[in-house]
Amino acid sequence: MTTMTIAKAINEGLRATLAANPKSLLMGEDIGPLGGVYRVTDGLIGEFGPDRVVDTPLAESGIIGTAIGLALRGYSPVCEIQFDGFVFPGFNQITTQLAKIHSRSNGNLSVPVVIRIPYGGGIGSIEHHSESPEALFAHTAGLRIITPSNPHDAYWMIQQAVKCQDPVIVFEPKRRYWLKGEVDVEGPGLSEDPFQAHVLREGTDATVVAYGPLVPVALAAANAAEEDGRSLEVIDLRSISPIDFDTVTASVQKTGRLIVTHEAPTFGGIGGEIAARISERAFHSLEAPVIRVGGFHMPYPVAKVEEDYLPDIDRILEALDRALSY
Amino acid sequence: MGTHLPSTEFDGTAVDDQREADAEAVLGEPAAHMVQLLGPDGKLGADPVFSSYADKLTPDALRGLYADMAAIRRFDVEATALQRQGQLALWVPLTGQEAAQIGSGRASQPQDYIFPTYREHGVALTRNVDLAELLRQFRGVSNGGWNPKDTNFHLYTLVLAAQTLHAVGYAMGIQRDQKLAAATGGAGKEPDAAVIAYFGDGASSEGDVHESMVFASSYNAPVVFFCQNNHWAISVPTNVQTRVPLSNRAKGYGFPGIRVDGNDVIAVHAVTEWALEHARQGKGPVLIEAFTYRVGAHTTADDPTKYRQSAEEDAWRAKDPLARLEKYLRAEGLADEGFFAKVKADGDELASYVRRTAHDLQDPDIRQAFANVYREAHPLVAEELAWFEEYSAGFAGGEESAGHAAKAGH
Repeated sequence: MTTMTIAKAINEGLRATLAANPKSLLMGEDIGPLGGVYRVTDGLIGEFGPDRVVDTPLAESGIIGTAIGLALRGYSPVCEIQFDGFVFPGFNQITTQLAKIHSRSNGNLSVPVVIRIPYGGGIGSIEHHSESPEALFAHTAGLRIITPSNPHDAYWMIQQAVKCQDPVIVFEPKRRYWLKGEVDVEGPGLSEDPFQAHVLREGTDATVVAYGPLVPVALAAANAAEEDGRSLEVIDLRSISPIDFDTVTASVQKTGRLIVTHEAPTFGGIGGEIAARISERAFHSLEAPVIRVGGFHMPYPVAKVEEDYLPDIDRILEALDRALSY
Repeated sequence: MGTHLPSTEFDGTAVDDQREADAEAVLGEPAAHMVQLLGPDGKLGADPVFSSYADKLTPDALRGLYADMAAIRRFDVEATALQRQGQLALWVPLTGQEAAQIGSGRASQPQDYIFPTYREHGVALTRNVDLAELLRQFRGVSNGGWNPKDTNFHLYTLVLAAQTLHAVGYAMGIQRDQKLAAATGGAGKEPDAAVIAYFGDGASSEGDVHESMVFASSYNAPVVFFCQNNHWAISVPTNVQTRVPLSNRAKGYGFPGIRVDGNDVIAVHAVTEWALEHARQGKGPVLIEAFTYRVGAHTTADDPTKYRQSAEEDAWRAKDPLARLEKYLRAEGLADEGFFAKVKADGDELASYVRRTAHDLQDPDIRQAFANVYREAHPLVAEELAWFEEYSAGFAGGEESAGHAAKAGH
């Protein structure tokens, strides 16, 4: 076991990938000598050179589009999008091209491109630097979407993403980049399933599903609830597409109540999909409607009021009160 | 030094607007600074750089270029007819652009990789794509009827210009392959390869073309951008997309841009061969603008009489790529009546084969669509497929399958 931050864990995961797979390469803006705006690729260009750690022109469609071409030639590109709000110039390439090439080639072609996107708020930043656009991508068949919440997962999930033969978007919880935790770099991580949810804490009164940056918040809410004598089960979803409904269903069948939380706006979000599926799969186990705790239907607000926007412990506990009142 | 701009640059009317000159070229004399070897009169001219490439074309090769152009024109007629008869959902005709496509396609080598738009049926022919397979997409039985790995001819891309970036990325992969080979002592074992990215005058306005040229230039990627300027983006003329020749744009990216007579198969072949050599030798990208004309409609859903004059179409028919090569072959004694008769017979045979095969194309099973969403197992796809199987099984034993029932429900 080694202790490191999430940012360092991704850095080490990328280093391991580059060392193991000569056809893997990193592409992005400022990822070379600077090491990325979050220093996630720090030191890698010195180790692997500019053909493997590629500082690209400042153009997101160009990054994704050329990564697709490299993948068609047999390479495994890992693209860094600098911030969540800047992925949209590349949205066309991701949704109309990357997601569909395997399907439209009748399975003849594969484009195992990985796209890393730092996402979410809580860092007091300016416009376009705090968004959570994961649902926009989850709606597109052909993509896989994962999001680590701790250093161990961060280290392995990036490697699992590169190993996967389908396109994978890794949403990285940017406000947790400096969260420290233990990483088992020796274990069988590479063969584990990144698309499986993990039950982080067992409980009996209600289930809270969270992912990425809100996992620590959900765990803290469970601690607070425990002081009030309520037992929360906390699930780290880890994968947003596909979603591990089996794990969530089994939990709800036990607890009878479900709260889903994410930073992204509630309307049209992942929480709605989970609510609908669970109402189909576990209708008779539910003691209350599934309650969603998410962002509001507004452009991500300015930093000075983002605390009022972001789901926090109190909002999860308020949802718990509502769930228990049915 | 003073200002970096001449004072006229501040006057919007004095900038280098060449639209008028190009408009004249559409209707009359060849455009300025355009490489042309074989004129509409069937006479072979000279060019200081490209004649040496044209000289390499043997009589056999010249006859082959003619036969290819005739074959793809005949195919185009047949596919249009199949659409009119309800056998295809849509057809994208290429008539008028045979020289641009056959000339460039025949200049490529097997190891080169081609990214077409959706009109490059002529290039497909040169890459040995089964033309009946090409119809799958337009019949609605597949989104890509051939395996690009067999021919190095990529699937058609319908989102304009998206493929230009794929082409540059592929070329960046070729560069890395060469370095990896050099590092492992395998250099020279594989022939050097290049990539061709096709696009049109309309797509030249897409941001992806700009980004692809920026990336190609930045990394000196072995890619040839082949722009067929057929003068019409559905109903919008080229002068809405640009006020300078499209080939001029290469200068801004720092690589050569060449305008070639796109109805002159000899010049197109020569210029493309030169450009591919340039790219394979590590000298970087090239932009070729093939100055040509879409004689027919954009697609079978279009009506050119609503937006252009028939006089313009007539002017371009007079510059027909096949007619001028036929004149040349006959005048030089390189092909006789028997040759042209055989070309016609071969074309009819191709048309008959395509018609027969198109009729026989089987409708796919939606299970294939389920199977190809992802390469690795996916629980949601598996769940929905299982539901579909169960639902379909509910119709078993009855008169109708699920598919028939669904159709009846329309």
